[in-house]
Amino acid sequence: MLSRTADHLFWMSRYIERAENLARLLDVTWQMSMVPQSLDAANQNWQAVINLNSLEDAFFAKYSETNAANVLRFMISDVDNPASITACLRMGRENAHAVRGTITAEMWETLNATWIELNTQNTDAMMTYGPSDFFDWVKLRSSLIHGATLGTMLQDEAYQFIRLGTLLERADNTARLLDVKYHVLVPTGEEATTDFYQWGALLRAVSAFEVYRKTFRTGITPSRVAALLTLHPSMPRSLLFCLRGAVRSLALVANDQSGETQRRAGRLYSELRYARIEDILASGLHEFLSDFMDRVEDLCNGVSNDFLVTPQAAA
Amino acid sequence: MVAFYNEMNTADGGVRPHYSEFAKWLQTAAPERLARKRAEADLTFHRVGITFAVYGEDAGKERLIPFDIVPRIIPADEWRDMSAGLRQRVKALNAFLHDIYHDQEIIAAGHIPAAQVLGNRQYRPEMQGVDVPGNIYAHIAGVDIVRAGEGEFYVLEDNLRVPSGVSYMIEDRKMMMRLFPELFSRHKVAPVLHYPDLLFDSLRTAAPDGVEDPTVVVLTPGAYNSAYFEHTYLAQQMGVELVEGRDLFVRDDTVWMRTTRGDERVDVIYRRIDDDYLDPLAFREDSMLGVPGLLSAYKAGRVTLANAIGTGVADDKSIYPYVPEMIRFYLGEEPILNNVPTYMCRKPDDLDYVLNHLGELVVKEVHGAGGYGMLVGPAASAGEIERFRERLIAEPDGYIAQPTLALSNCPTFVDAGIAPRHIDLRPFILSGEEVRMVPGGLTRVALREGSLVVNSSQGGGTKDTWVLEE
Repeated sequence: MLSRTADHLFWMSRYIERAENLARLLDVTWQMSMVPQSLDAANQNWQAVINLNSLEDAFFAKYSETNAANVLRFMISDVDNPASITACLRMGRENAHAVRGTITAEMWETLNATWIELNTQNTDAMMTYGPSDFFDWVKLRSSLIHGATLGTMLQDEAYQFIRLGTLLERADNTARLLDVKYHVLVPTGEEATTDFYQWGALLRAVSAFEVYRKTFRTGITPSRVAALLTLHPSMPRSLLFCLRGAVRSLALVANDQSGETQRRAGRLYSELRYARIEDILASGLHEFLSDFMDRVEDLCNGVSNDFLVTPQAAA
Repeated sequence: MVAFYNEMNTADGGVRPHYSEFAKWLQTAAPERLARKRAEADLTFHRVGITFAVYGEDAGKERLIPFDIVPRIIPADEWRDMSAGLRQRVKALNAFLHDIYHDQEIIAAGHIPAAQVLGNRQYRPEMQGVDVPGNIYAHIAGVDIVRAGEGEFYVLEDNLRVPSGVSYMIEDRKMMMRLFPELFSRHKVAPVLHYPDLLFDSLRTAAPDGVEDPTVVVLTPGAYNSAYFEHTYLAQQMGVELVEGRDLFVRDDTVWMRTTRGDERVDVIYRRIDDDYLDPLAFREDSMLGVPGLLSAYKAGRVTLANAIGTGVADDKSIYPYVPEMIRFYLGEEPILNNVPTYMCRKPDDLDYVLNHLGELVVKEVHGAGGYGMLVGPAASAGEIERFRERLIAEPDGYIAQPTLALSNCPTFVDAGIAPRHIDLRPFILSGEEVRMVPGGLTRVALREGSLVVNSSQGGGTKDTWVLEE
């Protein structure tokens, strides 16, 4: 397969996954903002969304206050924000457009229809009646794209690059989400604040509420939530799950120069596979997650250098 | 008022035999159903993304080419004559291209002035003495044909560079079968959906000598080209890679593509990029679309380009008037298809005539394409005519003129119901070991009432084209 084609596939799936996770993050923030709290506390939650995506400069160039309306508008559809949901879906569609001959007609049509429908969404109405319907729509469209991929695409090399993009992006996004929410909810690192609604919202944001119930059958505690999102072997949005899939896909596309990237991915997977949540929390969840995100970024760069970048483009 | 030939109806209001079954069906079809079906077609084309990018204003937008639900029907005997004429014409054009890049016999014999060929902007001296596999230059030709009367067909132009539109031919057929399946059980419509197979076969047989199992690729300028949909479509249907210039490179006079598993040799390039942009080392050095060194690999016979470099000289409007002469010279046959009488403004007498009859003629830029830079006398305002007069006087070499043809009409579904609109036809002719084509081609229709310009960039639409089998 052409390196450029693989590059487009990788980024197509990363952008779609990013749009979905952004919708999830904004949705959980929105849900949490409806729980009674001070205005300051509420705005702090919205501020975290901006910080999490390192968008302070772009945001404050345009808005002064990190309130719900500003952050939602900025993150959903602001044309000045290259990381908005709209921008991610547009980039996903553009990457798909560049390889529409490689993906199946069903995949392309689902992506293209998503873009066409997005242009009919009205941000003002969303602000008035609440953005949850929109977030549900983004999640649904992402699911449709995954479904079309799974249901129609040959599981060849192209499929593995799509998978790699999805899993590495998701691993990063789950880590980010956990990082920001955990510290808002457990500022001191103690097990004191176990607000059912707040934790419930976080779990629902990663579609893990029912999973949590099935897995633990007890009340919600921060450490168990952290355990679920990082170390659960079969929860599709956990770090361990994503890394295991990435290691598999990497093995299937391996070439002469990808050995080091495979080694690093395998090592990160093994560390997760044999980690204990108690140890992670003892040495600091934030440090653990920061390190994880750095290493995922390193893997993305590895994939890019080993497979996607053409020698001259890299020079 | 000229009486236009109507493809469906006779002058006395009757229905031509090959349209009789369709006319019966049309009578029973409720207008609301037709309108609904047309809307359904638009929706589907949008979702599938069968769109073209627009140049000029609204640049960057993607637009649909309007699809008309009334098919253009061609009876078997007419197609037999037409296809024989197309075969003949394309053979002669390929022979001409081989000749002018080798011995130049047609010039020596005095049939075409040397200056017209060698001084043409589209003539590529680099190609002199270069042998191409099978002596085929135009592997894919799109010849535009119009009808002026019963059995009276004219070739408007021969597109031998990168003719486009074949994906619309295919998509229009698929759309008709989806919208009105019942029509296909009432007609024996010759199939066209196997075009990509024929194309793939032609491309494979064009591979350099000694290559057993050639790797074929489609070379596109990229996602922002107006025909990008077609490039992806053809690559996908043939199961070959769609590449951009940056995916390819030349090493040791061989073309390679960069893949996730290393470099892979490329043998045949179906290129959808103009000559000028193919190789920045040989042609336009500012081209970001091409592959440095490609011409050198090509001349070394290590890769085949389809179409060959330098075909533009044969479809140039200043060469067009000589095509009948080529057919007689190379094939020893009389042309089956007519040429439109053409005034060459570089000739003082012709220029004089043209300037005195601007209101009746169609004036075209010699190097123009896509319906840009053309004057349709009868439809033009006095101001437009004057502006063109100035351009003609300033640069007579750059223009030809032709009488305004009474392009045939075909019933078309418009806002007011079914009404006649002017059409043309672009069949696609593939040259390999033999000359092949799928029956029919792409019918383009000028959707504006009275308009004679069918180009999609000028408000034209398309129709499914049915050649009826006997």
